[in-house]
Amino acid sequence: HLATSLPLPSERDHLRPRIDLVVFMIDIKSKYSLKNVETSLVHVDASFFLGKVCFLVTGVGRVNACSVETNAICKLGKAYCSPMLFCELELEGIRVATAQRLVRMLQICAGHIPGVSALSFVSLMRNSDDD
Amino acid sequence: MDETVAEYIRRTVLKIPRDEIKMMLQKWGFLSEAQLQTVNFHQLKDNISQEVVQLCEENSADIKQAAVLDIIYNHIYQNKRMWGVYQMKKSGDELEYFDITDFKKKFKRRLRSALKNVTITFKEYEDNAIWIRVAWGTAHKKPNQYKPSYVVYHSQTPYVFVSASVLKSNMPLLCQALIVACNYHDIREMELRSHSLNSLKDIVFKRYSQNFPTHSTKPIQGRNVEPENADRRIVQENRSEKERVHRLNEEAFGSGPQPKLEFAQYRLETMFKSDPKMDVLDKKEPFRCLVKFSSPHLLESLKSLAPAGMADAPLSPLLTCIPHNARNYFKIREKKGAFPESFVSP
Repeated sequence: HLATSLPLPSERDHLRPRIDLVVFMIDIKSKYSLKNVETSLVHVDASFFLGKVCFLVTGVGRVNACSVETNAICKLGKAYCSPMLFCELELEGIRVATAQRLVRMLQICAGHIPGVSALSFVSLMRNSDDD
Repeated sequence: MDETVAEYIRRTVLKIPRDEIKMMLQKWGFLSEAQLQTVNFHQLKDNISQEVVQLCEENSADIKQAAVLDIIYNHIYQNKRMWGVYQMKKSGDELEYFDITDFKKKFKRRLRSALKNVTITFKEYEDNAIWIRVAWGTAHKKPNQYKPSYVVYHSQTPYVFVSASVLKSNMPLLCQALIVACNYHDIREMELRSHSLNSLKDIVFKRYSQNFPTHSTKPIQGRNVEPENADRRIVQENRSEKERVHRLNEEAFGSGPQPKLEFAQYRLETMFKSDPKMDVLDKKEPFRCLVKFSSPHLLESLKSLAPAGMADAPLSPLLTCIPHNARNYFKIREKKGAFPESFVSP
């Protein structure tokens, strides 16, 4: 499901399946994008932050067009204890690889991978981040 | 053949891209097909132009013929020039029969009576457009062929499109000659300028697809707002909002291609509004400010702002009124009266 911001429109509540993973997309070229994500985060129930939330930062290929500081984004990721993925949507190879990563994460979050839970997975990712 | 004419022809040919020189000379028709066959159009442009000048010498070209070649070049590369629009007013309502010979005669006579040193050239095109090229001199100097003005007039319309030369002082003369020749009694400059002559014509002749506001209470059901998302597995949560934006956008801009403008300029003469406690600009005079929007295709980019999420729909009427009001230069002053809103001056 794609949405431009949270909260989701209530008129579609009855049509919505269970949400297993929320991916917040931040366009590094737009300050508005970061602001939008920050205001939307407030509407997410705390239980999602146990591994069912992830940040996807796009537009990292265009270094000259960066409007948002990487520091600010990393702080956001740390504050919400959620993994941060960086990608460039304009390059097909990276786009496909990122999509595969997200699908893998989704499978874990939905409980389709025996032995791995969303929480254990996210703590794995966190350990590799901090070094 | 006059040296100045030879040089002018040489420089005009040099402006033309090499692959198009033959075609343009054929359009010109001054050199015979046999003569054109003798020219090697694959050599350096410098040499091509020399050969062409040579042939023109054989045919004793004068400035009148050279001017026609210049019109042909500028007709094909019309988008290199900046065009403005003038609107003429008639005193009565009579639709007079337009006689092209009469028009040319009146125009030349009026212009020459004011200024002897002018070169005036006409060329008619199939779309009813009359192109006029005027090279200006002074009372004592011969016309400068390198800074001419171009005028495009469609008979039976009150609009004239002008690409003026740098010498703005000749505009009143040109305007006078136009109203005399076209049988109008007044002419005024419109606040509409662009490089795309066809787009200017589209705007004033209302040839672009216009929006007609229709009353529609319910959103269009099941319409695929983003055709590339044919994948049924993707669900748009904000579909109704997207459709609202799309509908408002269509109402504002219409569904067809937009005329091509490069600028919109707003000259603000409004009062600066701020928190009274901040005590900024306590002098009660207008805050002069110029806001300019530029784009390779301004109206299309404005049209894509709301769907791209970069602006709220509906857009300000100051932006959406541009083709409808046929203007892209605005002066905005304070509205005098109870409401502190700004309004657009004519």
